[in-house]
Amino acid sequence: MKTAAYAELNRREKATKAKKDGTSPVWLKGFAVPVILLAIWQYAGGSGLISPTVLPTPLSIGAAFYELAGSGELAANMQISIARAAGGFLLGGGLGLLFGILVGFSKKTEAYLDPSLQMLRTVPHLAVTPLFILWFGFDELSKVLLIALGAFFPIYINTFLGIRGVDAKLFDVARVLEFNWRHQITRLILPAALPNILLGVRLSLGIAWLGLVVAELMGSSAGVGYMIMDARQFSQTEKVFVGIIIFAVVGKLTDSFVRLLERRLLKWRSSFQGTN
Amino acid sequence: MTVSLHVDEKAFGRNVVLDNIQLNIQNGEFLTIIGPSGCGKSTLLKIAAGLDTEYEGKVQINKRPVTKPGISQGFIFQEHRLFPWLTVEQNIAADLNLRDPDVKRKVQELIDIVRLTSNEKAYPSELSGGMSQRVAIARALLRDPEVLLLDEPFGALDAFTRKHLQDVLVDIWQKKKITMILVTHDIDESIYLGTQLAILRANPGRLQKWLPIELSFPRSRTDTSFQYLRQKVLEEFEKTEHSVYAEGAGI
Repeated sequence: MKTAAYAELNRREKATKAKKDGTSPVWLKGFAVPVILLAIWQYAGGSGLISPTVLPTPLSIGAAFYELAGSGELAANMQISIARAAGGFLLGGGLGLLFGILVGFSKKTEAYLDPSLQMLRTVPHLAVTPLFILWFGFDELSKVLLIALGAFFPIYINTFLGIRGVDAKLFDVARVLEFNWRHQITRLILPAALPNILLGVRLSLGIAWLGLVVAELMGSSAGVGYMIMDARQFSQTEKVFVGIIIFAVVGKLTDSFVRLLERRLLKWRSSFQGTN
Repeated sequence: MTVSLHVDEKAFGRNVVLDNIQLNIQNGEFLTIIGPSGCGKSTLLKIAAGLDTEYEGKVQINKRPVTKPGISQGFIFQEHRLFPWLTVEQNIAADLNLRDPDVKRKVQELIDIVRLTSNEKAYPSELSGGMSQRVAIARALLRDPEVLLLDEPFGALDAFTRKHLQDVLVDIWQKKKITMILVTHDIDESIYLGTQLAILRANPGRLQKWLPIELSFPRSRTDTSFQYLRQKVLEEFEKTEHSVYAEGAGI
């Protein structure tokens, strides 16, 4: 593993170089802008420039968060929201992956299925919300299905693209090496399509999250979205902020998780990583 | 164990690329095929591999007709064509299970033979062109092919790496005693490696000359007998060039 050792050495060299130059690590740079904005915000709110019902200060939002977390209200709502999002994502994403593979593999299924799916795709999935409520009522089913509908298409399209993008030259190799169909899928097609599939997963997660918010704001009796709506009725702006921040943080965390997965699974890739 | 390669005609549309080529290679020989670009030498090799089946003629390995590509006709492409998501040892094993101790042992053996020891866990993106091509050779060798077909395998490499890989290949050929057919456009390479040399001419691709090379290994490019053979091959090329000009003048 000469090469890996070399890469490690290179990394260390860069790290020490960064220290000498007085530049901070990358993750620290990301904090600079939010911290400055928060400071300005706190000052503006604290000095009475802005009314707390319009824009509560960061500290009062923090206090509200502390209170909600302490009473267990936040955890209960989050649990419900995450279960809905995960259920919808797994259902929609799973079907998207399945259909993407089926359509990607065969010209025949593509001819039969793809035009209809593409047609459905052009309908903004939030536009069917009223229809879903009529069909499935206000309870969990309609919410999960709405999220699933949104999560389906990014994975479907990207899986299909990934499979069709496999280098034809590598298929020649698979023929020369006499791969059976199972090995063709597991050793050639799926790994080659994996970058696209993971991109689809990231996009789907984002849309699932969006679907969740819409579904919960439309009408529900629990969940982070419900918490926001409930707080709005009583003009508890801090609580609204807490809900929004929770959505942002959990969304970002799931995205980071997929990116971590990407780094793990796609470490064989040597593409441009951006300049410093 | 012989390879008989009989192509009566191979055409792309109305363009005849190969015309009446008959090559018989005995077991353990190293045939190099050389010719100008467009003489159909790569097409001939693809036919031998079973990658191209649209031709008139007959290809047999050990009296068994070749109808489709397979592991008994190992094929090395001009580019290494490794799977970028697999490490060196995984690429060599490909569809075979590395957890099988027998496979693992053979893979390790081949890694040593192609001189890639301690690079087992590297990904293709971390390898140089020459190293990658050696992995591709090991991948073909693991399957114990009856014949190894190489399509300008070192064409994209620099002179030093090429020389090194040529030595590696001779080494493998001597150790494993596999019949080899190598296509090249490099005169030195064709003489340095081959025990037999087939010179093709273009438009349409025909066999110009069949030349046995009776130099002992290891060979030296600076040897007078080597240079003499080189001269002879060049003379053959000159002949074809003249005939091409003559035909051109006729048109």
